[in-house]
Amino acid sequence: MPTYSFSVNGRTVTVDAPADLPLLWALRDRLGVKGPKYGCGIDVCKACTSHLDGKAINPCVVPLSEVEGREVTTIEGLADGDKLHPVQEAWLEQDVAQCGYCQPGQIMAAVALLKTTGDPTDAEIDAIQNVCRCGTYFRIREAIKSAAAKMRK
Amino acid sequence: MCDPVANSARHADSGVSRRRFLTFLVAAPTLTLATGLAPEAALPANAETALPGLPQPADIMDLGEILILAGTPTAHLLVLEVTEEGEAHFELPRAEVGQGITTAVAMLVAEELDLPLSKVRVRLADARPELLMNQLTGSSNTIRSVYGPVRRTAAAARARLIAAAGAQWGLPADRLVTRDGAVVAPDGRTAPFGSLTTIAAKLSLPDLTVTPKPESEHRLVGTPASRIDARAMVTGQMRYTLDLDVAGAKPTMVRRPPTINGTVRSVNNEAAVRAMPGVIDLAVVPTGVAVMAETFGQALDAKDALQVTWNGGTVDTLSDADIRLRLRAAALPFVVPPLLTLHLDAEFDFAFVSHAPLETNSAIADVRDDRAEIWAGLKSPIVAKQTIAAAVGLPADRVTVHVTQSGGSFGRRLFFDGALEAARISKAMRKPVKLMWSRIDDMRHGRARPATHHKIRATYALGQVLTYEHRVAAVETDFRHGLGEMLTAVAADLPVGGDLTFAQTVFLTTVKVPYDFGVVTELLSEVPLKMHTASWRSVYSANTRGAEEILVDELAKKMGQDPVAFRRRFLKTARQRAVLDKVATAGSWGRAMPAGFAQGVGFHEEYKSCTACLVEIDARDPKTPRVVKAVIAADVGRPINPRGLEAQLLGGLTDAISTTLRAGLHIDKGLPLEGSYSQFHYARQKDSPSDVQIFIMPAGGEPGGAGELGVPAAVGAIANAYARATGRKPRGFPINFDVDFTPFPR
Ligand code: FES
Ligand code: FES
Repeated sequence: MPTYSFSVNGRTVTVDAPADLPLLWALRDRLGVKGPKYGCGIDVCKACTSHLDGKAINPCVVPLSEVEGREVTTIEGLADGDKLHPVQEAWLEQDVAQCGYCQPGQIMAAVALLKTTGDPTDAEIDAIQNVCRCGTYFRIREAIKSAAAKMRK
Repeated sequence: MCDPVANSARHADSGVSRRRFLTFLVAAPTLTLATGLAPEAALPANAETALPGLPQPADIMDLGEILILAGTPTAHLLVLEVTEEGEAHFELPRAEVGQGITTAVAMLVAEELDLPLSKVRVRLADARPELLMNQLTGSSNTIRSVYGPVRRTAAAARARLIAAAGAQWGLPADRLVTRDGAVVAPDGRTAPFGSLTTIAAKLSLPDLTVTPKPESEHRLVGTPASRIDARAMVTGQMRYTLDLDVAGAKPTMVRRPPTINGTVRSVNNEAAVRAMPGVIDLAVVPTGVAVMAETFGQALDAKDALQVTWNGGTVDTLSDADIRLRLRAAALPFVVPPLLTLHLDAEFDFAFVSHAPLETNSAIADVRDDRAEIWAGLKSPIVAKQTIAAAVGLPADRVTVHVTQSGGSFGRRLFFDGALEAARISKAMRKPVKLMWSRIDDMRHGRARPATHHKIRATYALGQVLTYEHRVAAVETDFRHGLGEMLTAVAADLPVGGDLTFAQTVFLTTVKVPYDFGVVTELLSEVPLKMHTASWRSVYSANTRGAEEILVDELAKKMGQDPVAFRRRFLKTARQRAVLDKVATAGSWGRAMPAGFAQGVGFHEEYKSCTACLVEIDARDPKTPRVVKAVIAADVGRPINPRGLEAQLLGGLTDAISTTLRAGLHIDKGLPLEGSYSQFHYARQKDSPSDVQIFIMPAGGEPGGAGELGVPAAVGAIANAYARATGRKPRGFPINFDVDFTPFPR
């Protein structure tokens, strides 16, 4: 079986697994990184949203072979030790989470958006496709706006 | 199934004074007690008097009160521990699925103990059969049922801690107060709770009487608090069932039949699948073919590669059109003939709706020859435990069932089919299993809110509504998760008589018309179909009351009145009118809107709470309407955590947006066509309003239910806004319901 080396949240890891194994399962089942969630497995729900070299990806459809030598960041790698990322802070301030299951993906999607768009419009926030079955969208929107405002300062 | 137990427990308890105080102390050095008084509030409040017309059964005693009554004999069996570190640990015999009950309960404990909220931990209790009927999470009942008992339990702990400090200092208890996790003497000496637990647990206090703080002294309860688990959730540390590491439990998935309840005739390529990379084991179970692999990715590939010959299911020839015909045929006739007076008739159809919690059905099971252990998100863990024990051939006391926090429920996790299936697979494979349902299976073979048909007739004359009849025909809702036992146990106290089914009892104790509409009758008839159904947030009310709120708007129009003014006039109480007035004012009811936009309003009362919702819709394109603004007001009697309540109302609004406008299941030849969120159109950010205002009315009574409250009013408001914006009368839901996708293969 081939071996793949890449970094996960700043730590170099090596996984022995088939080339086409989706990254999500390498993370969850082989590396014990449980933050990214399964919600559909086909790039629809976005619950697994993480970052590859700083850009949002959906590891349920990214084969392991594609991440060789690259940098994967999951929700666990967003905070700097105990210091939360401003988007996480905003999520706490708005008390966004209900069941919480979609929120790692929502937060990673929001962080990716704010990297390219410092002051997102409502239409740009609307483009986030992550499903929240608990229906927290309004608080997500408010949290993104307040994080954006803080990050611009 | 547990009737004899239930009855004997009731009889045993009936000799006990309702005020008898039970304290069980367990091992020092921590102070652990199971205590409390039977809630004196368990009996039904009388219907509000001086109302014209007869009260409906739900006015006399609603489902929540019935469940409280069924749980009363064991309501005192709550476990609270104060540790040497000065933390309070409370075991909640309910399921947290996102509704925020662990936070609300932590607030009650913190308030009563004068302990910072951060020092309170709430764990979900394992299945505890001794609780009999007091471990079912449903009917927006958690806070209503635990409000008194939790406070009494914590008050008893506080009294013991004070007594312990008094004994140390030689001071009488009434000179001591508690503050910030410590007992404080008049001279300023303090003793942190943690230093007192050993003595507190040992003291003999036969005469100890405790009274929870009067509500007027609440400083934390009733103020907005953030979720106690929020940080774990935003850092990815929250552990759901599939995130647990249970030794040896390997990823397992099930290949399911092409139609609901189909069964395996033969597996045609077992050897080839067993030889696939990562595959560990394979077993045929009643629900399909289970495959275990090293990773879920491999289990998924193996499950897809299986070639299986299937036996038929239970509804193979059934499609939506047949179901609709059967529902129409089942609806009971009206009593009032249409000819005598002015009348308004309307009929409505609602599609099946998936619960679709974001965390699919999942469970971990480790079944051995002499014992079993289960982990799953379960709202009725006692019945789960009993059923699983029977299925794997073990005595119930050899089966441990752990309740894990789960990624949404909306009624879905009242059923434990995932846990049962995992147990069967574990037994067949003789290995621990970590079972995950695929999203496609979760939508197609999971549970759904049953499709319903409604016909309503109202007659009116001289500015009065004279009669109001609502006939609901519904595909049978499955209540076989312990609710039946609860209803049986309190049968004598039910406000409905005769030979009613459980479903009719639930219907009559949840659904009621909040308006003075003269002679009101609301009747349910059910069409039993062998499909997987379950209560869906607000059970019958979303459809029944949603349809009713649409009719109310149409009736107002017929009678020449404004929808808000009409509701104001016919609502029964000042409390109801207050929430309506709140949204009308805050939402600027009646303001001018551009063409294609409109406002709509809805009202709902249930669980001793009431709410009004005002929305603005952009329906310039009637095929892609969007709710752009919502204003909601709710009176829940006594809010524990207004912030959590707002979250629940926001969730209810999003559910209503989804199910009213776009989200439903098409049943085609025995299977839903929808298999993912790309097909079942639950709202996304782009469908959600960017302006939402929620008002929680000030406290004025006992806590009412809130988890499901928001849906029916919002369904009405959205449909009414759509009607006003487009000039079309909405009759079928969801309103836009094309098959706009290619279904996944079966
Ligand atoms: S699980 Fe990856 S997008 Fe749904
Ligand atoms: S918080 Fe439950 S799915 Fe988003």
